[in-house]
Amino acid sequence: MSDIAIKIENLKKQYHLGAIGGRTLNAELQSWWARKRGKEDPNLQIGKSAHAANETFWALKGINLEIKKGEAIGIIGANGAGKSTLLKILSRVTAPTEGDIWIDGRVSSMLEVGTGFHGELTGRENIYMNGAILGMTKKEVDQKMEDIIEFSECRQFIDTPVKRYSSGMYVKLAFAVAAHLDAEIMIMDEVLAVGDIKFQQKCLGKMGDASQSEGKTVLYVSHNMATVRGLCTRCIVLKEGQVTFDGAVDDAISRYLDNISIFRNEFDFSSIKRTAQENQKILLKSFRFKDRTKPFFTYGERLSAEVKIKSFIDTTNLSIRMTIFYEDNTPVSTCYTSGCIEVRKNIEITVAFCVDTSILAPGRYYADIILWEFNDSAAHIRYDAVKSEIKFVVEEEKEFNHGFEWGHSVWGHIVLPEIVIKSVY
Amino acid sequence: MGERNHFKTHIRPQTEWFEVDLGEIFRYKDLIFLFFKRNYVTRYKQTILGPLWLIFNPLITVLLYSLVFGNIAGLSTDGAPRLVFYLCSNAIWTFFATSLTQTAGTFTTNAALMGKVYFPRLVMPISSVLTGMIDLVIQVMMLIVIMIGYTLSGNTFRIGPQLLLVFPLVLQTGMLGLGCGIIIAAMTTKYRDLAVLVSFGVQLWMYASPVVYTTSAMPEQYRNIYMFNPMAPIITCWRNVIIGTGELPIGYWGISWVITVLILFAGVIMFNRVEKTFMDTV
Repeated sequence: MSDIAIKIENLKKQYHLGAIGGRTLNAELQSWWARKRGKEDPNLQIGKSAHAANETFWALKGINLEIKKGEAIGIIGANGAGKSTLLKILSRVTAPTEGDIWIDGRVSSMLEVGTGFHGELTGRENIYMNGAILGMTKKEVDQKMEDIIEFSECRQFIDTPVKRYSSGMYVKLAFAVAAHLDAEIMIMDEVLAVGDIKFQQKCLGKMGDASQSEGKTVLYVSHNMATVRGLCTRCIVLKEGQVTFDGAVDDAISRYLDNISIFRNEFDFSSIKRTAQENQKILLKSFRFKDRTKPFFTYGERLSAEVKIKSFIDTTNLSIRMTIFYEDNTPVSTCYTSGCIEVRKNIEITVAFCVDTSILAPGRYYADIILWEFNDSAAHIRYDAVKSEIKFVVEEEKEFNHGFEWGHSVWGHIVLPEIVIKSVY
Repeated sequence: MGERNHFKTHIRPQTEWFEVDLGEIFRYKDLIFLFFKRNYVTRYKQTILGPLWLIFNPLITVLLYSLVFGNIAGLSTDGAPRLVFYLCSNAIWTFFATSLTQTAGTFTTNAALMGKVYFPRLVMPISSVLTGMIDLVIQVMMLIVIMIGYTLSGNTFRIGPQLLLVFPLVLQTGMLGLGCGIIIAAMTTKYRDLAVLVSFGVQLWMYASPVVYTTSAMPEQYRNIYMFNPMAPIITCWRNVIIGTGELPIGYWGISWVITVLILFAGVIMFNRVEKTFMDTV
């Protein structure tokens, strides 16, 4: 017996662009008749050759992969990188255009939760239904019925038609069925994006068990890096239909995030458009995070950076202000320089500074940076401002928040220092 | 290839011309049964009469046939009571028609499900045909009740070993419906026209088959052509076997079997060609 669960050789998938299948039999016959007589196809768009009308797109451009039994593989990549196409081919929903795949073992794919659920059937009937669709026999479902009901947390409603279920219950029931399937290979496409945090943790735990103690092979596609990190033992980065990285999870994630161009470490402001609010007598030239090549910070770290400033006037009162926003545009906090900076006309200076960002919760942030001063008459002069350019990521440590993902929408963006218990009565 | 034999599944781009894994379909027999159950259970949910519709539907149709074709048009029934004659023909015809139309919609109505999960696609049309069999069984039971009623009032019906022919007839009708249905299903993935055509086509086909009239009503010189319609010998035999009217055209029935097998074979090939990639075009 070999220990390889999935072997993919030179896998390619081609899609036709433009309108396909939308043609009627009549149009097809017309085209065919025209071609027969060597005339121009009446259904082609004017100015397009027959070749151009058949434009194609390669969603996968030659994937080679070997996956061993018991491995938990994460597949990450930007939208359109081919992740879903790969999973579709693996779960035999569609066929490849070229290449071969050998699979050893039964595959259970969850490209969507609740596949095949019928609203009129009860929870119990749907468990049988869904189990059978995923390839279980009635006997197998019977054996697992109790576990499934228990895991789904829907015992009370199990004999109610699922059309009366809340969407959360629906998802829980669906996941419960798939998680209890006796397949050697499990394929999941971001199905954990639903359900409450507690249930997500439970699902991840179940998946982890499946690969670690039960020796199942897990393929998991997600945009949520925290879950990929928590579950997978190996990670593949897809880009434009090709594997660009295959190896350790942390390396893969940073490789993937590197590919996203917005995460630069240095920012050049020379081509940024300014608004009329700034008089531009002093200009921000560029910004750079120090001591790193990518703008990734670990939770608890301080942010140190350098900013280059070019002045066209003399002043001694220059201040820097920075406002940090969470990625969903909520302002988190603002900080400013305590002392004042002195600048001379036509001289470029570099200001190195440090901001205590240690209480920022893990997440993606961006910052506005503003140059301003109070002049002698206590008026606020705004020299220059660069908005939403500087982007950075605060990453969590393994132990952070007991392994739970930080819920920004409910807990806010700042982690206050730990509660200090003075005494307990 | 030798060292790879232990790989249970091999995914390839091009499929063989004829590649049906009957063993796999058999492994999914529970799914066939569950689809069958689902089709049946959900059909009459939230209807007042519920499964009673299974009785009312054919009853109303047959009464209408008796009125229009029997009383008004005065078509012959070869001496059989009209109700018995039309119910008998209608039973086997409805089975064929529902098998065909239900199967024809396989890909388009189940695209959402098939786009997400793999199972042998033939499971779906097979369970559709089985669902149609419920209607057939109920109509045959109605027929038996009515025939008993007629027997009590003096009519006699033949009971004998020929009744066993019912089973190959039902099997053949199911195969024919399945075959025609999956051909259309395969073609509708590309040409939606056929979906519109199918209900209309079935209607026409009914008048081209001896459902509301006797086979003997067809002039002798056209008989050979007429019997090439595989449903014509089936219905003729069916009626002869059950209510004893008309003839038992064994020769024509044999040809009809050949056509049925050919259609089913062609259907499976066409279905095979599209089932793996239809998600990209549907």
